[in-house]
Amino acid sequence: MGKETTRRGFLEAAATTALAITLGRKAGLAAEAGLSEYNWEDYSYVYLVDASKCIGCGMCVQACQKENRVPDGFFRTWVERYRIGEGGRVEVDSPNGGINGFPATILDFKVTKGLFVPKLCNHCKNTPCTQVCPVGASYTTKDGVVLVDDKRCIGCGYCVQACPYGSRYLHPVSHVADKCTWCYHRITRGLKPACVMACPVGARAFGNMKNLQDPVRKTIATQPVLVLQPELLTRPNCYYKGLDKEVR
Amino acid sequence: MIPEIRVPEVVGFAFPNDIHITWSLMIVLYPYLTGIVAGAFVISALYHLFGREELRPISRFSMATSFAFMVVATLPLLNHLGHPERALNIIFTPNFSSAMAGFGILYNTYLLILLLEVWFVWRKDIILLARRNRGLKRKIYAAMALWTYDISPQALEKDHSAIRVLTAIGIPAACMLHGYVGFLFGALKANPWWSTPLMPIIFLASGMTSGVAMLIILYQVAMKVSGQKIESETIASLNRWLWLFMIVTVSLELLEIITLAYEQSEAWEAIHPLLTTKLAFSFISVQLILGSLIPFILLMIAVTMNRYLHDRVRNTLSFVSALLLLIQVFAMRWNVVIGGQLLSKSFRGFRETYSPQLFEKEGILAAAGIFCLAFVALFVFAKILPVFKALEEPRTVKLEAEAKRS
Ligand code: SF4
Ligand code: SF4
Repeated sequence: MGKETTRRGFLEAAATTALAITLGRKAGLAAEAGLSEYNWEDYSYVYLVDASKCIGCGMCVQACQKENRVPDGFFRTWVERYRIGEGGRVEVDSPNGGINGFPATILDFKVTKGLFVPKLCNHCKNTPCTQVCPVGASYTTKDGVVLVDDKRCIGCGYCVQACPYGSRYLHPVSHVADKCTWCYHRITRGLKPACVMACPVGARAFGNMKNLQDPVRKTIATQPVLVLQPELLTRPNCYYKGLDKEVR
Repeated sequence: MIPEIRVPEVVGFAFPNDIHITWSLMIVLYPYLTGIVAGAFVISALYHLFGREELRPISRFSMATSFAFMVVATLPLLNHLGHPERALNIIFTPNFSSAMAGFGILYNTYLLILLLEVWFVWRKDIILLARRNRGLKRKIYAAMALWTYDISPQALEKDHSAIRVLTAIGIPAACMLHGYVGFLFGALKANPWWSTPLMPIIFLASGMTSGVAMLIILYQVAMKVSGQKIESETIASLNRWLWLFMIVTVSLELLEIITLAYEQSEAWEAIHPLLTTKLAFSFISVQLILGSLIPFILLMIAVTMNRYLHDRVRNTLSFVSALLLLIQVFAMRWNVVIGGQLLSKSFRGFRETYSPQLFEKEGILAAAGIFCLAFVALFVFAKILPVFKALEEPRTVKLEAEAKRS
């Protein structure tokens, strides 16, 4: 009988330990990932670009390429240079997405104003790209980020055609649609997107509209801001300060 | 390994991601094929439903052509997809807000209608062939006939009604299938060169044009090769339809450009230089002059002076115009699909050119191969079933049947 008890006791103990280990491991993993307390209902992300601050150094583009392993020749974010002169002369360029900054070139007109405009996916609220995806591989998360499920995407490229901002591309290796995710792997762990961290002059800012104390939220609420191509009614979640009418 | 990206020349400023051509030659080919499908079907419908007797000699042939092109039409799409193995997701888990999600439904509906119609049109021939053959062949034809051998006048009458009903549903289905491709482009507000409600109609009209043109060529070639007579009534009728369809097509195409130009919209500033420089050859020279103006004149001669023309002249006029119009419609598909992608969404510039390579996955060879497959499919069809004249019942069978009846 004693033998019986011991065996049962052993089995029970073993079962409890196994359970404890599994649970413990799960809890550990979740804590490690910072996911245990992440509730996407608490977030509604926004991005704010202050074009008047940008110096066109290209650090953000470099950071993005490294963080997200963006293939050469494709861009999740890029910087455009606008040089505007009198009489409506405009010269726009973005050599290799501005990743190495901008060479000084001489123009045949007198430049009266100039600006650098960082661009990225606008994570539109009314987004044509997810609308056209035939299999629902492009979708919007509850916290307001537009993502691509690379396990579902069939690589048709329809979303690439539908995005009016040129934010998307077909990845040359994985053959699925790819674009800026606002570094979703970072922001859900409480970090800022890589481009925001890399900008030396604070031209890029990231915030949460559901946090009443958020400085980005306050700026958007109290200062004049613009979105790109508002006439298309895509309702971007990416706002701009210091924009010029030539930028689209 | 990351494939090397050929960075193309850009005129003006293009968004950095805009310099890639996402929709390749394959997407030019797809609407080209479905256009022929729709056009050929309409010609067969003109006989089956609207009783145009002069089209009887090619009524079967046009249906076979429609069927053959339909069978290969998905190949360019599959070849284009980054993940063709997931293609069926469109059918099983469609996202209905996408214009593309309707593809599975439309394609399959039309294919089913076409399949049924082919069966009813050829049912009698299949049965006769099953009776004439022995062994395996007989078994195959018997299976194709679904093991029913009823060719009594009543059964054939039923076949005819079925054909009429199927044609009546088939016309809108064919138009939907093809017009819908135009809608895929027309409904994208991001691209001013595509975004117009006229797009589906332009696609449809040009589809009809290419379908009729293809029939004219195939019919004449098939008759020449098999040493049969080209019916002048049939050619004259096809000429009239071709002329009509091409006038509608070209008017719509011009209308679209004129509207854009007249509106002087923001987009026109980018489209205008695109048309006069990068697309000058494919748009102005090929699509408008070689492909529209010349066949318009040739067909005008063929149609208005039909009575005075020698058969030979009529056939030649018709053949040449058909060939030019096939080129016109291809150029139009190219100018829409590729032209729209040369234009950057920045509206400030465009990509220099796009020239598909010979051996690429989506290159010229692959496109030519798929296009040829359509003819192979038609050839195989013609080997299995008679595409021009229906088979005659052997006299003895006829007599027996009559004896039975009396
Ligand atoms: S910017 Fe383009 S890719 Fe990003 S959400 Fe808007 S439409 Fe989609
Ligand atoms: S490329 Fe992928 S994400 Fe984009 S529309 Fe096609 S299936 Fe959807």
